[in-house]
Amino acid sequence: METLLSIEDLAIDFDQGKRFVRALHGVSLTVARGEVLGVVGESGCGKSITWLAALGLLGSRARISGSVQLNGQEIAGAPENDLAGLRGGRIAMIFQDPSSSLNPVHRIGRQIVEALKLHRGMTGASADAEAARLLDRVGIANATRRLREYPHEMSGGMNQRIMIAMALAGEPDLLIADEPTTALDATIQAQILDLLTELRRDSGMALVLISHDLGVVADMSDRVAVMYGGRVIEEADTGSLFDSPAHPYTKGLIAALPDIDGPRRRLESIPGTVPAPDRLPPGCSFAPRCAIASKICDARMPAFLPYGESQSHFAACVKCRDEKPAESARLSGNKHVLVPA
Amino acid sequence: MVQYLLMKIFRALVTVTLIVSAAFVVLRLSGDPAIIILGPEAPPEAFEAFRRNWGLDQPIWVQYFKYFVAVAQGDLGNSMRDGRSALVVVGERIPLTLAITLPALFIKLAIGLPAGVVAALYRNTWVDRLIMMLSVAGFTVPSFVLGLVLAMIFAVWLGWLPSGGSDTWAHAVLPTVTMGLVGAAVIARFTRSAMLEVLGQPYIRTASAKGLLWRNVVRSHALPNAAIPTLTIIGFLVGSLVAGAVVVESVFSWPGVGRLLVNAVANRDLAVVQVILLLVGLTMVGANLAVDILYGIVDPRLRIKRLQAGS
Repeated sequence: METLLSIEDLAIDFDQGKRFVRALHGVSLTVARGEVLGVVGESGCGKSITWLAALGLLGSRARISGSVQLNGQEIAGAPENDLAGLRGGRIAMIFQDPSSSLNPVHRIGRQIVEALKLHRGMTGASADAEAARLLDRVGIANATRRLREYPHEMSGGMNQRIMIAMALAGEPDLLIADEPTTALDATIQAQILDLLTELRRDSGMALVLISHDLGVVADMSDRVAVMYGGRVIEEADTGSLFDSPAHPYTKGLIAALPDIDGPRRRLESIPGTVPAPDRLPPGCSFAPRCAIASKICDARMPAFLPYGESQSHFAACVKCRDEKPAESARLSGNKHVLVPA
Repeated sequence: MVQYLLMKIFRALVTVTLIVSAAFVVLRLSGDPAIIILGPEAPPEAFEAFRRNWGLDQPIWVQYFKYFVAVAQGDLGNSMRDGRSALVVVGERIPLTLAITLPALFIKLAIGLPAGVVAALYRNTWVDRLIMMLSVAGFTVPSFVLGLVLAMIFAVWLGWLPSGGSDTWAHAVLPTVTMGLVGAAVIARFTRSAMLEVLGQPYIRTASAKGLLWRNVVRSHALPNAAIPTLTIIGFLVGSLVAGAVVVESVFSWPGVGRLLVNAVANRDLAVVQVILLLVGLTMVGANLAVDILYGIVDPRLRIKRLQAGS
């Protein structure tokens, strides 16, 4: 598949006044045209800032290095005017809390028309008509009347639909959905996710779905990247990730999911919390919480290497390769086959 | 909306009543006007005649009731000093006060608002620090000190401007600038924090993510929201147009309402003090009412609440 966006060795340091704190440690990710990439991890692991940094939305306190290419064109460190043209146009973004993500003093219509004017040069009646069509498209009834209302007159779910309509206004190639359903009720969550799936199928745009909820990501994504402590620690096709997770952190996330069918069991939790960016351990950042960690894990951050037989499954864990899957080892007769040179 | 407005106006009237009563209580408690006007050596018959003339010999609650009825009828009494209507005495000073407070209000807004916005946009840079340093200096130095310093520099040393009086427009410059600078400092600080609050909101990030250039994000998304809290302080400044110049008028011998108030208090000229207190109270209440109505226009969230509360 043709690569749409590729992030290479992206690192972010935040200016804390006296010193810089590294929040992202060389993240590399790609999104193919039309693909759905799920990004999971607990709060504070760098999921959102990766994409905010790619769009230059982190502000002046963030120092960014690495490369971000859109269709092979470097956009990291591009002039503000060029980036502004891409935002909302080629790459659109929706956020966690839809109600506070819309400007309270402007009507819905004005906020959507603003995007239409920026990216499609539409004004006046044609822009209003298109805004109404977009609202209709995201499943809001009485679109023309709704355009004249304010965000506080709508529910959270409605506001997220409006955010999506606004994102569609620029006909983007890529939509980055940053925890789009976290602030919503469970039933509304499902509706929004269905809407996203449907829109993506119709328009063929790629989607990056950022979530702390592995269940949400499992349903929608073609590929999943698991992040921890400012790094990608595992990446695989969705099926491969759920069938044979490599990293103990990913296993922990999966074990914490309830099964819909199958016997009822006690949900497992991962002990401890995500370390603060300035208090990362010297070796593997997950080691302090890891059940199978040993001395070797504290030595250095493990490399991000292929895992198993799949060409597209990668993990950054030293121990998972020893422990792994008894059955594969049995099949091959030699478990060292699993570890490439 | 109508009901909401009536409610607001009713509350304003209650406030005015309290102001009227407070004026009565404070002034009656603070000393016998007969002694101050006539002097302690006047004959006892003169005191008695004076008290009878002004109704001061009646029981306090009768005085209060009569006073209240008179105020309600717009009869605010005569100045005990020169016998003219207190309304006229105060009224002829109002234009003089407005002549310095209105331009001062303009200076406050013209300097304070942009300074606050710029400080917020360049937060934690030298620009911000410089503006905030000046602002802190501006509102910690009392206005009479700033007034005296400015008078020393521009009147005494440089001799460019007169140090007091009201004969020409040049006399108005120093009092106007003094009030303007102090007020600008307050507004700058307030605007900065209102703006910082808004800049941290998610909808600002949305506006950027939409593809708007930063200057347009600031203009059409940040400023309208920051205007809402800033209205409060502007309302307060408008409310103090009449009485906010007491100190500065005294420093620069500017014969406005403020100086009249100081003199009237010193002389126990009750009627005049009452008129000024009422005037101040009414302008404050009026400005607050105006701010409330403006809130409804600027902030759609309040507009809806009002409609729900009102209809």
